[in-house]
Amino acid sequence: MTLPLLATTGFAAAMLIAALVALVTRSTAVAVLSAGLVSLFASVLFLFLAAPDVAMTEAAIGSGLTTFLFFFVLGRIRREGRDEQ
Amino acid sequence: MHLVAMAAGFALILLGLYGALTHRNILRMIVGFTLANTGVHVVLVSVGYMPGRAAPILDGAVPVGEAAARIIDPVPQALVLTAIVIGLGITALMLAYAYRLFRARGSLDIADYTELKW
Amino acid sequence: MSNRFSIRHAAVLGLLALLGLAFWTLLAGYVPDTELNRTAAYYAENTARETGAQNIVTAIIVTYRGLDTLGEVTVLFLTAAIVALVLGQSKAPRGGTGSGFLPSGELLATGTRMLLPIILLFGAYVAVNGHLTPGGGFQGGAILASGMLLLLLADPARRFSHRIIARVESVSGLAYVAIGVLGVALAGGFLDNRILPLGQFGALLSAGAIPLIYALVGLKVGAEFSSMLESLEETEDS
Repeated sequence: MTLPLLATTGFAAAMLIAALVALVTRSTAVAVLSAGLVSLFASVLFLFLAAPDVAMTEAAIGSGLTTFLFFFVLGRIRREGRDEQ
Repeated sequence: MHLVAMAAGFALILLGLYGALTHRNILRMIVGFTLANTGVHVVLVSVGYMPGRAAPILDGAVPVGEAAARIIDPVPQALVLTAIVIGLGITALMLAYAYRLFRARGSLDIADYTELKW
Repeated sequence: MSNRFSIRHAAVLGLLALLGLAFWTLLAGYVPDTELNRTAAYYAENTARETGAQNIVTAIIVTYRGLDTLGEVTVLFLTAAIVALVLGQSKAPRGGTGSGFLPSGELLATGTRMLLPIILLFGAYVAVNGHLTPGGGFQGGAILASGMLLLLLADPARRFSHRIIARVESVSGLAYVAIGVLGVALAGGFLDNRILPLGQFGALLSAGAIPLIYALVGLKVGAEFSSMLESLEETEDS
């Protein structure tokens, strides 16, 4: 196995493991963080696939802004759920 | 190498759809959709990849004259760039609706929304 | 209930197995291209001469398929507007501020003051250099929005001025369309970048109107992302 192939396989495996964690975990916050991690690993994959533009976009938007959108909504829901009880 | 990436992308689509279809919490369903979204991006980019070629940027490494023989397909990359940006918009929209549902009913469990059930 | 749940589970798994079979067929029958197809070969051969841009992906997004980008930015604008509308109708209980994050400490506040100008500068750099290096308006806009995000985190009680964001958004959108129409009048068609001289290949001020258009796209996208983040973060009692 050559080095790029090894690296690609490793990052693809890491991406799938992070996706599995996002699916099976009980905590929604951990799921959101794992989904961000999946995007981060995917952006490294894009770099190996000679797509630096896409890698930058995925890292900035997919793993950065999306995660924060989720956490903003999660924070609002947690606070209001607590208020009602 | 691109076959590995493509297989991982397909697997990610399946995992994401499985999450979106089986979870009961609406936020977890949205997480599943974002995973499937990322999988589609990986598949599309790996379709454009060709072994032994460089990224579609005409700098010192790739002279303009030999570009057609030296670079990979730039079209899927442009498509995926668009798709990522739209994907964030879709996620924001889904989250806004999920929050609105939560405000209306006080629950994020999809089993509590029975209007369309039969 | 558990019985019905398992039936549903089996149905989902069966559906996904079918889909996986389709994917497997695609993957097994996939033959990678050895030559660029006609469209890609055209872009590879003519981008440097026609648009003067080094980054072919940027040339496709801004010039060759510029109309699509205009549509994309419009979709993003609609999304931001719908998010604001949907969240604006739901009245949050009074008294709650911010998104439930703790008030930020001295470290975050000071760090934000130091980092924010650098982040904004980096966003502008990425947006304007889109025709030379990887990057461009969408990435630059996301970086600008992450600067705004830092500002939101450092001071949850602070409200941005909606008016400034809306102004930036609409002015840059209008200028984008105006440049496109100028392209019809002065050059080959809508959003043609040759209304400005192509300049020296590889210089910052080259590739005609591409840096200008991408900077406008960056401003517009950054304003839209900021408004989305803000309307999801803010409570409506302001």
